[in-house]
Amino acid sequence: MPSLIDLMLEGRGVAHHGPWPRAVVDAPVWNFAMSELAHGRWSLLGLWGEPSAVHMAIIDGQTAGIAVVSLDCPDRVYPSVGLHHPPALRLERSIRDLFGLAAEDLPDPRPWLDHDQWGVRFPLGDRIDAPPKAAPYRFLAAEGHGMHQIAVGPVHAGIIEPGHFRFTASGETVVRLEQRLGYTHKGIEGLMSGASLERAATLAGRVSGDSTVAYAYAFSRAAEAALHLVVPDRAVWLRALMAELERLANHLGDIGAICNDASFSLMHAHCSVLRESVLRASHSAFGHRLLRDVIVPGGVTRDISEQGTEAIQTVLNNIRLRFPALIELYDNTASLQDRTVDTGILTPALARQYAAGGTIGRASGRSFDARRALAYPPYDSLRFEVPVLNEGDVNARVWIRVREVEQSLALIDQILSRLPQGPLGTHAAHRRETREGMAIVEGFRGDVLVWLRLRDGLIERCHLRDPSWFQWPLLEAVIENNIVADFPLCNKSFNCSYSGQDL
Amino acid sequence: MRKLLFESLFRRPFTELPPLPDDAAVTELAGAVGRAARRRLGRSLSIREIDAGSCNGCELEIHALNNAYYDVERFGLKFVASPRHADVLMVTGPVTRNMREALERTWHATPNPKWVVAVGDCGRDGGCFAGSYAVVGGVAGVIPVDLHIPGCPPTPTAMLRGLLALLERVDSNAVTP
Repeated sequence: MPSLIDLMLEGRGVAHHGPWPRAVVDAPVWNFAMSELAHGRWSLLGLWGEPSAVHMAIIDGQTAGIAVVSLDCPDRVYPSVGLHHPPALRLERSIRDLFGLAAEDLPDPRPWLDHDQWGVRFPLGDRIDAPPKAAPYRFLAAEGHGMHQIAVGPVHAGIIEPGHFRFTASGETVVRLEQRLGYTHKGIEGLMSGASLERAATLAGRVSGDSTVAYAYAFSRAAEAALHLVVPDRAVWLRALMAELERLANHLGDIGAICNDASFSLMHAHCSVLRESVLRASHSAFGHRLLRDVIVPGGVTRDISEQGTEAIQTVLNNIRLRFPALIELYDNTASLQDRTVDTGILTPALARQYAAGGTIGRASGRSFDARRALAYPPYDSLRFEVPVLNEGDVNARVWIRVREVEQSLALIDQILSRLPQGPLGTHAAHRRETREGMAIVEGFRGDVLVWLRLRDGLIERCHLRDPSWFQWPLLEAVIENNIVADFPLCNKSFNCSYSGQDL
Repeated sequence: MRKLLFESLFRRPFTELPPLPDDAAVTELAGAVGRAARRRLGRSLSIREIDAGSCNGCELEIHALNNAYYDVERFGLKFVASPRHADVLMVTGPVTRNMREALERTWHATPNPKWVVAVGDCGRDGGCFAGSYAVVGGVAGVIPVDLHIPGCPPTPTAMLRGLLALLERVDSNAVTP
């Protein structure tokens, strides 16, 4: 069986692409990579476009080898990956919307991000003016006796992001769920082009508000990979500290919110208090509750304050004191377990096929965690476990979060006790030539991928891939044959990002 | 569960003293709240939150308003599920073109009298997303806005100050007609 490296040798290697190789290949090699994906030997990490090229990032799960293959498409068409490997479908529909590049024989040619409201078509490719119009969207059909449809969104009942869900139900049972997203599309990748590193880092930190650390972290690492910047040790460790604080806050919030969607508000109330305490400690340590704009290419913008360290320690102690009672409460409340156990099961086969990251993948037997698999510093010298379960139900996703809270507590302890001294950042030398970099960082939701090309010190093209791209479609599969009333529960246990996906 | 509930009976509550209403917000709100409104509303406002394309940062902090520290319901502020039940629309995001129609329709679905609070820097003028082909840039470009609460995202305290100013306004107009 040929390895990823063999594949790279088939193509024309691209200079100044780090840390993993990128090669421009021809259609047969592209098709070969596609068939390896379809047969499950490799996994798709990302698929993105440029005005006349498409790029595909691939990981070999066995060796954690990563590569990017690129295909020039001067005729504006390329062989569809989604035809054989469904996880690529929505990505290809987006490439069509943004760049006007068509995937040949794409099974689902409907637009995805483009709702006919922008006033232009193919905004990142060859723009065409197109006045906004009300265009009907054809939802997939479900046939049978006594079916009815329930349309939800884009404005939902709760305080959440906008998206449309179209349920077809037979009585109480969901027969089909179809998502329609793209409502929060802000054109971030368009704004990135031509931006300075500084402005681009600001934008990256606003792709998905709950993952602002993860995005700034991934963007900065990609820029540093392109520029061969070496980040000072103290900044490396502070970044991990912030990443763990973000994970901790989000997981605590999610555990409570999942229980709340089963009407168990006591858990929600207590978890919200713990979450708030983490945000306050973050504010006291780094001056921002969500830790926004602290990680930048080259390092971090501010040091942790003295009282910040103490505040974090106090919060850790308090969580260690209070959290076990909450876990016990979750575990011993039969009426709550009745809702979460065996609900919304994601099979390990689907999780593997879609390379689903984060708690969703790890609750369905896929152990991938970028901190472990790619061991970027400082995680290569930290002790932690990656919890994995095989049940794949809502309950398993709760338990993975519980275990990850415990791991994050332990990680923060290690980081605080071993935090090296030294400078906080280094400046990038101005480079005129073209340089490319890629990075993958484990956010609380899963692996965030950022790829960018710099020319003359400015961003020429930057692609940011949220973990949700490979999780949203699975939610459609998971809800099948569950009752409508369990959808909020399933949805919350996934907690996919709208803004991260819509971009 | 009994133990947790029992503990809560004796523990000092987490809830903190309310912040003072925001002066700048009071000025912005001058004239926005009429007497009729006060008669109908009493000292309570039902709020419907609309994400018009935000990054989700503002939503996280609006959520926090409901936690035990801020506890907005003690002020008569309540988040409701439908615009039909709302007095106030809290709108976040730069208003993406894909959300524009939904925002307009939600506004039309809200009964009068109603107020619109634009939350966050991008709700004011599009923030860092201004100029993109995909955003309108600011809530006021689509529906009339009564109050802006700046920040990226604004802290729960900042939002509370803004909302309290709105409430004060409702109240004071009633006392001094």
